[in-house]
Amino acid sequence: MKQHKPIMSGADIFFECLRLENVEYIFGYPGGSVLKLYEHLYDVDFLKHILVRHEQGAVHMAEGYAKASGKVGVVLVTSGPGATNTVTGIADAYMDSVPLVVFTGQVASHLIGKDAFQEADIVGITRPITKHNFLVRDVKDLASNIKKAFYIASSGKPGPVLVDLPKDIIAAKCEFEYPDTVELRGYKPTIFGHSSQIKKAAEKIHKAKRPLLYVGGGVIMSGATDELKLLAKENKLPVAMTLQGLGAYPGSDELSLGMIGMHGTYWANQAITNCDVLVSLGARFDDRVTGRIDKFSLKSYKIHIDIDPAAIDKNVLVDLPIVGDAKHILAELASELTEPPATDEWWEEINAWREECPMEYEKSDGLLRTEYIIERISEKTKGNAIIVSDVGQHQMWIAQHYKYENPRSNLTSGGLGTMGFSVPAAIGAYFARPDKPIISISGDGGFQMNMQELITAAANKLPIKFFIINNNFLGMVRQWQELFHAEKYSFTDLSQSNPDFVKVAEAFGCVGMSTSSVEEVDKLIDKAFAITDRPVVVEFKVVREDMVFPMVPAGASINDMIVKRLSPKLM
Amino acid sequence: MKRIVSVLVENRFGAFNRITTLFSGKGFNLHSISIGGTEIPGLSRMTLVTSGDDKMLDQIIKQLNRLIDTVKVVDLSKEPLSVRELALITVQYIKGNRTEISSLCSIFGGKVVDITSKTLTIEITGPPDKINAAVNTFLPYGIKEMARTGVVALKRGEQVRANEQEFLPNNS
Ligand SMILES: Cc1ncc(C[n+]2csc(CCOP(=O)(O)OP(=O)(O)O)c2C)c(N)n1
Repeated sequence: MKQHKPIMSGADIFFECLRLENVEYIFGYPGGSVLKLYEHLYDVDFLKHILVRHEQGAVHMAEGYAKASGKVGVVLVTSGPGATNTVTGIADAYMDSVPLVVFTGQVASHLIGKDAFQEADIVGITRPITKHNFLVRDVKDLASNIKKAFYIASSGKPGPVLVDLPKDIIAAKCEFEYPDTVELRGYKPTIFGHSSQIKKAAEKIHKAKRPLLYVGGGVIMSGATDELKLLAKENKLPVAMTLQGLGAYPGSDELSLGMIGMHGTYWANQAITNCDVLVSLGARFDDRVTGRIDKFSLKSYKIHIDIDPAAIDKNVLVDLPIVGDAKHILAELASELTEPPATDEWWEEINAWREECPMEYEKSDGLLRTEYIIERISEKTKGNAIIVSDVGQHQMWIAQHYKYENPRSNLTSGGLGTMGFSVPAAIGAYFARPDKPIISISGDGGFQMNMQELITAAANKLPIKFFIINNNFLGMVRQWQELFHAEKYSFTDLSQSNPDFVKVAEAFGCVGMSTSSVEEVDKLIDKAFAITDRPVVVEFKVVREDMVFPMVPAGASINDMIVKRLSPKLM
Repeated sequence: MKRIVSVLVENRFGAFNRITTLFSGKGFNLHSISIGGTEIPGLSRMTLVTSGDDKMLDQIIKQLNRLIDTVKVVDLSKEPLSVRELALITVQYIKGNRTEISSLCSIFGGKVVDITSKTLTIEITGPPDKINAAVNTFLPYGIKEMARTGVVALKRGEQVRANEQEFLPNNS
């Protein structure tokens, strides 16, 4: 007998779909073309709507939520300016493969193309920065488009999907049926790696004298960190991580070489240059990792494990590609590798590099430096906090000095390098992991790019710690100006124009604290953690002209590092 | 070197745009593009003419495959092919040379599809270099207007000689 299907409005279908997708939170902001949805939202109790203060904030919150939980982050905004305000966040999510579904209101179907009030062709605008997007043209397609959106966002190489909802579609009615499965003849992600390729990889690793695991964010996304641990531990393989890979393998473990790349550790960069078998796991040979491409890891046999076939041979030609999900491939690889390679000599070499150029920073002058603050946070949280960094020098110091113990605890904007990411992303992360300490760390520049969201944190009484590393400079740009732009500090000095951050904190309903003393760091961190009913903003006034080292200058090969502060004249 | 890529793509809103956006966004060359129906319901075939080295072509194919709406992407560059393009060329004539133009037209296997007191509109079908030759031939008479469809191509059966490479559009 044919089952009777209920007749529902677009708005009801919308929320019913979200319920069936187990959506817990929507980050959103209302406006004309989504008023009908907000009308219904008023009575929805299975999910919580977080009212942001800027739509960019909503997208970063959804990213923070998605990165910390592994679930899809959901955003709802209005048409026109509401939609265009999401663009930076969507581009950020696209570059870092964050699963999002962004719902944008749109003017009524008959007004599309008429330059109607608050009309923007957001589907056209976001085409190159979404994994896929939809303009819903018929209420009958609404449910299936939402189903597809969640499926596309979360499967394969994850990414943001945008669904544009014209006003009339939300009001229209039709029979509701939520499809169980998605059939897309043009989209079939490969999950299982080719067995003979995996066998071959195992043989290569077994015979290697200088193997190296080069681990990216894909390992975390696929949930393959246990498999990675097993593979590394049983075979004593060194593990170097990309910025997004940090957390995939415990930072305190002896097999961890820390971060690779432009501001990576000296020994990780030496290892990748000198290894004989390079196993790339869920990483994409980004230019920040490879440095000068024609000098990159010339002696190695390259095995590239990635879910995205397009990542293979994109930047670096590899010898053995294995397309599929890292979790399955790593498990299979570990079981194929019955005998570990002989790596004792290789470890001696690596340890010599460790000693040759350790991660050091100036301590003797008693001045407050970011590295020290990060070390203390790392120590106090035992690497178990969720650290949400912004973009700039502090981001690199965090990557160098915070010893992440767990996956999904390192939240940072890598691919796009979006200043203003940290404050909202930390709020999203809190909703994903209220059980964890959430620490947002921003520079004084980036903090001001989305500090309006402090009130979102305060309104929800979130005990997030917002740390500002204040050097009164756009520090990373200042560093490049000093090193490569004739010391012309053009528009990077904020000392005369920064706000009073303690007052800002208080105005936004947070507790505000500030210090410039080394001795007070521990005390203020403890104080911040003692406050559990409100957000806390702590300003750390640090040395103004510090530089992040080691560093590979742009265009140099990856083992060609500036390891100490040099006068530019000597370079 | 010019390359032909054939793409089976879902006949959905925005799908073609997504493909052209990919080419501009990734800095791939796009010389011509033609779109039309296929034997499979809901699918269109896009024939793209692009250029680049093997590495770039590899990326073009992979990036096209990555799009949700593309169902099949084939690099036809190394296949035996049937390659065709259609052109409509409006040529000016003066008293006395109309028959001359018409007979040139038949040399190219073309057809006159429209005639006015001053112009002939000629339809020519063939591999792109044949069209190029026709264009060059009519140029001295004065071409008032011209429209070309861009290349469409299909793989040939096994029995056919694999030398239609020469019919690939040259670097004109
Ligand atoms: C939205 C955006 N605009 C500009 C940049 C360029 N940029 C990269 S780092 C940086 C300086 C960041 O300064 P600050 O936030 O104070 O952090 P610091 O480097 O001092 O730690 C700038 C301007 C960017 N990454 N993102």
